[in-house]
Amino acid sequence: MWAFIHKLGSPKWFYAISTRLQPWFWGAAAVLILVGSAWGLAFAPADYQQGNSFRIIYVHVPAAFLAQSIFVSMAVAGVIFMVWKIKIADMAAAMMAPLGAAMTFVALFSGAVWGVPTWGTWWMWDARLTSMLILLFLYFGVIALRGAFSSRDSASRAASVLAMVGVINIPIIKYSVDWWYTLHQPATFSVTSRPAMPVEMWAPLLIMVLGFYSFFIAVTLMRTRSEILRREASKRWVRELAGEVS
Amino acid sequence: MAFDSLSAFLAMGGHGVYVWASWGVTGLLLVGVVLHARAERRALLRDLRRRARRAQHHGASDAAATPVSHREGHARES
Amino acid sequence: MPLFREPEGGAGVAIRATLKRDLVLMMRRRSEVLNPLVFFALVITLFPIGISPDPELLATIAPGLLWVAALLAALLSLDSLFRSDYDDGSLEQLLLSPQPLPALALAKVAVHWLLTGLPLALMAPLLGILLSLPAGSYAVLALSLALGSASLSLIGAIGAALTVGLSRGGVLLSLLVLPLYIPVLIFGAGAVQAAILGDGVSAHLAILGALLAVALSLAPWAIAASLRISING
Repeated sequence: MWAFIHKLGSPKWFYAISTRLQPWFWGAAAVLILVGSAWGLAFAPADYQQGNSFRIIYVHVPAAFLAQSIFVSMAVAGVIFMVWKIKIADMAAAMMAPLGAAMTFVALFSGAVWGVPTWGTWWMWDARLTSMLILLFLYFGVIALRGAFSSRDSASRAASVLAMVGVINIPIIKYSVDWWYTLHQPATFSVTSRPAMPVEMWAPLLIMVLGFYSFFIAVTLMRTRSEILRREASKRWVRELAGEVS
Repeated sequence: MAFDSLSAFLAMGGHGVYVWASWGVTGLLLVGVVLHARAERRALLRDLRRRARRAQHHGASDAAATPVSHREGHARES
Repeated sequence: MPLFREPEGGAGVAIRATLKRDLVLMMRRRSEVLNPLVFFALVITLFPIGISPDPELLATIAPGLLWVAALLAALLSLDSLFRSDYDDGSLEQLLLSPQPLPALALAKVAVHWLLTGLPLALMAPLLGILLSLPAGSYAVLALSLALGSASLSLIGAIGAALTVGLSRGGVLLSLLVLPLYIPVLIFGAGAVQAAILGDGVSAHLAILGALLAVALSLAPWAIAASLRISING
């Protein structure tokens, strides 16, 4: 087991394994997202309360899930990097951060657009949207901190520490924002928490969520491979590889 | 099928603007991420090949590659 | 400096020495202690001018305004928490000392709270009068600020430690720290609001205390790790 992890931690090995795994995740992402989109957009029944505007759920919820999961993955990668000094973990974390910020933005944007038909306004200080906005700032902080250091090792370690601090805070922020929201806006209509969604509605949602996760893994594998080439450019195997590909 | 016609599908029962705006932005962003990742990889490979050629010309393969990679890493981060 | 002459004196001596040294240093630079207080008063003065002098309107938004202004004032003072020690090299000495770094960092944060958070908490009721804060909430305001600002100092010190080695760390520091301040703000302002409405405030204060306990148990290690990164990197 340990031997396997250490092999995986070596850039060369990770590069080889991820090259083999990557197409599968791209394929899964493409199939799942296409099927989920078609099902969610055209075949799922309209909501009895919100009509067709509820179809935004099929991009809003997967993006929101992914936004939170990516931050947690980043923190886990940070722990792996800090404890076992496995550089691959840090490379992956560096590549995940922009995608996480992008997903947070998608969740915020689709949530705001969804607000127009449901609340009649572009922005409500809804608990979920507020937490998402704070998450976006947390992402910006991690990205900015990594960019602020001139030494790569310091940047990696600082970003890892901040990701860990952030991930401890995310549940605290979430609960306090929920509490704050219920205090100020008692019992308003919440967009995503609904009693018993029928199968035809949540099945495409599940497919879309899985598709988004596959997409995240595929992109992270691909960009981590690029990052390996960038950081290990002086190694012999990288130079040989570049010669082969050309 | 939840819609009778293509126009009904596009109209989304009057909510077309909102649904298509959300889906459009999401789709554009996903495609953008993929294109960016691909462009990044191509640029890197091109750069590596150029460096390999230059190293062959100078004959000193180990000495030439290291400082360049170092500087570029910094340029990206700052 | 007695701190480094007798390393066998144990952590207690080192912590006390750090406390005393920082207190003396901060008392000599009075402006650094006074600036956040002046800033706090100034910001509170801006709101009636910018919004309206209507006492009823001011009274409804006073808890939030006071808390946000105090939070920003505390944020303003964070950059100097490790800055001068970093510049004159004594931070490096702190890292080299055989005493546990988290404990020494905690001592520094305690001094920061004593000279920033506590004065802000004591001053807040005065500014509450300016905003016609309803009677009966003044003690809660001071207490919630005193409790909350300790958490703010601890969380903020992580950000300050991460950015102390950077030349343009100031704006970055607020970007890192402000999102993490939100739970403290919610429960701090909530406590004052509850006091105005006549609800029980013990739940809010208990949660503020819980947040402080979490920050106390985790932040010193994060601060120590961040200081190591900033010094060695």
